Amino acid sequence: MGPDLLQSLKGVAEFSGFASVTWQMGVMWMLAFLFFYLAIAKKFEPLLLLPIAFGMMVANLPHTGLMEPGLGLLWRFYEYGIKSEVIPPLIFLGLGALTDFGPMLSQPRLIFLGAGAQVGVFLTFIGASLMGVNLQEAATIGIIGGADGPTTIFLAAKLAPHLLGTVAVAAYSYMALVPLIQPPIMRLMTTEDERKIRMKPGRKVHQLEKIIFPIAAGLILILLVPASAPLMAMFMLGNLFRESKVVERLKAASQNELMNIVTIFLGISVGATMSAENFLQPKVIFVFFLGLAAFSVSTASGIIIAKCMNLFSKDKINPLLGAAGVSAVPMAARVVHKVGAEADKRNYLLMYAMGPNIAGVLGTLIAAGVFVTLCK
Amino acid sequence: MEKLLAPMAGNIWKIECKEGDSVNVDDVLIIMEAMKMEAEVYSPATGVIAKITVKEGQDVEEGQALLEIDS
Repeated sequence: MGPDLLQSLKGVAEFSGFASVTWQMGVMWMLAFLFFYLAIAKKFEPLLLLPIAFGMMVANLPHTGLMEPGLGLLWRFYEYGIKSEVIPPLIFLGLGALTDFGPMLSQPRLIFLGAGAQVGVFLTFIGASLMGVNLQEAATIGIIGGADGPTTIFLAAKLAPHLLGTVAVAAYSYMALVPLIQPPIMRLMTTEDERKIRMKPGRKVHQLEKIIFPIAAGLILILLVPASAPLMAMFMLGNLFRESKVVERLKAASQNELMNIVTIFLGISVGATMSAENFLQPKVIFVFFLGLAAFSVSTASGIIIAKCMNLFSKDKINPLLGAAGVSAVPMAARVVHKVGAEADKRNYLLMYAMGPNIAGVLGTLIAAGVFVTLCK
Repeated sequence: MEKLLAPMAGNIWKIECKEGDSVNVDDVLIIMEAMKMEAEVYSPATGVIAKITVKEGQDVEEGQALLEIDS
């Protein structure tokens, strides 16, 4: 009796996961707990961080088979959702339905600011390549500078899947930290007088322009960078749902139910890629550091472009608007408004900043397409 | 008569004054909301609110008249 009981207890101990827990797994749980805390107590990007943290926790448990290729539940979510490029484009469908291109079309010259912010993305790409990182990884790290989560995930899955969890967390962290990272750079790069510049109201945008835009942009931008098509096409389709005003149900489904559903699968799959062996590497710190550099340079380069445009333009642009060229929508635009209002409380830059902000999303999409073409 | 115009497109979230109120320059008269951000709209003059031409919850365009002040 005695030895049998011992034997079966031993069997249970081996069958359960406890004996196989490693310290690396423990570290990953701690990180997951930290993310739970940030998401729940600090409301730090909770829609993504919460499922990411949970995916991370369960993917770092022994013997679960969750990420076993061909069999595991989370592996399937990842493989068919992210690796097969389904989820990020569906998120963009919803984002398209939520986006009003009006502020951008009302002041088309501000589009250049959205392009200017991609400088950080490309400089980081070049810098990382020079430091010996391979092209695929360098591109994946550089795109963090756009501060665009779904685009970063899309590119990482295509070029450097082993970095996916890291760059996704970096991109979403910097998005959430926009109000902390950007203002010091913005104050440093502009004078008080520049921050007080008030913008001339833009022209009125006709509804027909808003309908034509997603169709024309869908044609021209995809012809320009065909590799951006999966994201760009869905983005513009979502926007056409919105502006055509004849498919309210499709618009609502894209921006609400569908986006919420795929967000669940996106979060948990991204978290599941963060296994201890992928994440506990010196490279991760390097990725976070370079990502921060990319994001800071993007902020600064947008401001510099605005200042350059002012050299040639009669109607001066408030150079703070350049900082909205990163694609954290609408966070970066809000930050521009706040920093502008510190200098002059009657300066309302918010809606002007939405122009470069949305142009920044398009810019990051195009940059991702360029990287796919260059590095594949 | 001084008109207060909407400084940006957005939604009238809160009206912090009523007709007949005496107000000073720079008092917060209206709080607007756009892109999930609140923005205070300040009085352009010292005087008495003569007429409020918007309601809470209403969407306004940039430059639309919000209220009139007898100054």
